[in-house]
Amino acid sequence: MPINALILTLLTWFIAAPVYGDTTYEKVKVADPYIELHTGPADGYPIFHVTERGEWIEILSRRTEWFKVRTTDGKEGWVNRSQLEQTLTPTGEQAAFKDVALSDFSTRRWEFGLLGGDFDGATVITLYGGYSFTANISGELSLSQVLGSFSDSLLVNANLLGQPFPRWRISPFFTLGTGMIQTNPHATLVQAEDRTDFAGHVGVGFRTYITRRFVFRAEYKNYVVFSSDDENEEPDEWKAGFSVFF
Amino acid sequence: MESRFQRILLIPSTYALIAALTCSVLWLSPVCAQEAVNNAQEPIIQPQIERREFKEANIDTEDFEIGVYAGLLSVEDFGTNPIIGARLAYHITDGIFAEAAYAQSDTDETSFERLSGSAQLLTDDERKLSYYNISIGYNLLPGEAFVTRNRVFNTALYVIAGVGSTKFAGDDRFTINAGAGYRFLATDWLALHLGVRDHIFDIDLLGEKKTTHNIELHGSVTFFF
Repeated sequence: MPINALILTLLTWFIAAPVYGDTTYEKVKVADPYIELHTGPADGYPIFHVTERGEWIEILSRRTEWFKVRTTDGKEGWVNRSQLEQTLTPTGEQAAFKDVALSDFSTRRWEFGLLGGDFDGATVITLYGGYSFTANISGELSLSQVLGSFSDSLLVNANLLGQPFPRWRISPFFTLGTGMIQTNPHATLVQAEDRTDFAGHVGVGFRTYITRRFVFRAEYKNYVVFSSDDENEEPDEWKAGFSVFF
Repeated sequence: MESRFQRILLIPSTYALIAALTCSVLWLSPVCAQEAVNNAQEPIIQPQIERREFKEANIDTEDFEIGVYAGLLSVEDFGTNPIIGARLAYHITDGIFAEAAYAQSDTDETSFERLSGSAQLLTDDERKLSYYNISIGYNLLPGEAFVTRNRVFNTALYVIAGVGSTKFAGDDRFTINAGAGYRFLATDWLALHLGVRDHIFDIDLLGEKKTTHNIELHGSVTFFF
């Protein structure tokens, strides 16, 4: 039956593809006196097998700091990166299991994060993405939602960010940008209209590297909203949050 | 008969024999002479040298987890209804992960609306609820589930909390969420979750502003990639 065959093929592909791909795995030789295989990718999972110095292991996959390995006798388990640092490659060199470190932070290209804080008395949540053109200058796009007692707003911003000391662990920055702000007064208020205005901003802040791909960031921004009323508004914004970099 | 003849011709040793015969007949030709020299120089056993560069980048990293969930959401004063959503998580360390989620649900009439007969607090559109949130989770209790004597599955009990926004009754409302979940890893790349979450937001629809606790129960299927 062709349909059955098709279903079977699809099933086989779905079930088997991630497991039995035709990939050849990286092989390393244990150089520590022994390495410990855990049943899962965390310290809390028990050690069920120990592989001795001189044995070859295949590395199947990685999750955070843990590597799933297969021994020559077919045992599969999870090994922490720290134990693989001493292993040897087929050419006899020490395998380089690089840890993401502060040096990677200063040479990063992409950065994505989430910030929360206060926008002129209302709660603000910001999602942003940035790209570093040089070590000192990056461009960012952000989307913020301001949730206040009387209205909520959406902000879309594009800004340039200057970072004079990219290699410092706590690295200050300043930012300059422009965007749009759309304000929707709450439904319980009468005679209030939605409106969209241009806005510009200047700001200062700092970033600090925490661990792996994790960065803490805090900033202050002063906005000028070019409102359709005669007077411009100048809301202040304080935010802090976390980001990851690649 | 003809096919058998072809099969004989296709046997490699037959080829070698024919080549040897040809060479012995035409042994003066330079091609055959060269071949003989080459054969003499080749070692009998070819050492199998496999030079492979080790590249850490070749190792498949599976730090992301994507999936869908479905369950029940109880909205204070507005009844309990089915909810469906999607989630994306990034595992930062073996303990900590960040998760973004989006979900949609419907709500019922309040008891006030039902008793009064015709008074409607919300339009049909305002009665729909949707939320997004971004949360940080911590795998509090990693463990194993022994389904049979020889079948063991990895599990984890995690706690999670975060911030987001809920669109309900015509407005976006700042929302804090907190809860716990149980992750059951059917395979290394497929997980089943059971979770409970409290979504806390303020609502001023019924006269005065009050903080509401809205409990969600859900089950989820996720894939690591």
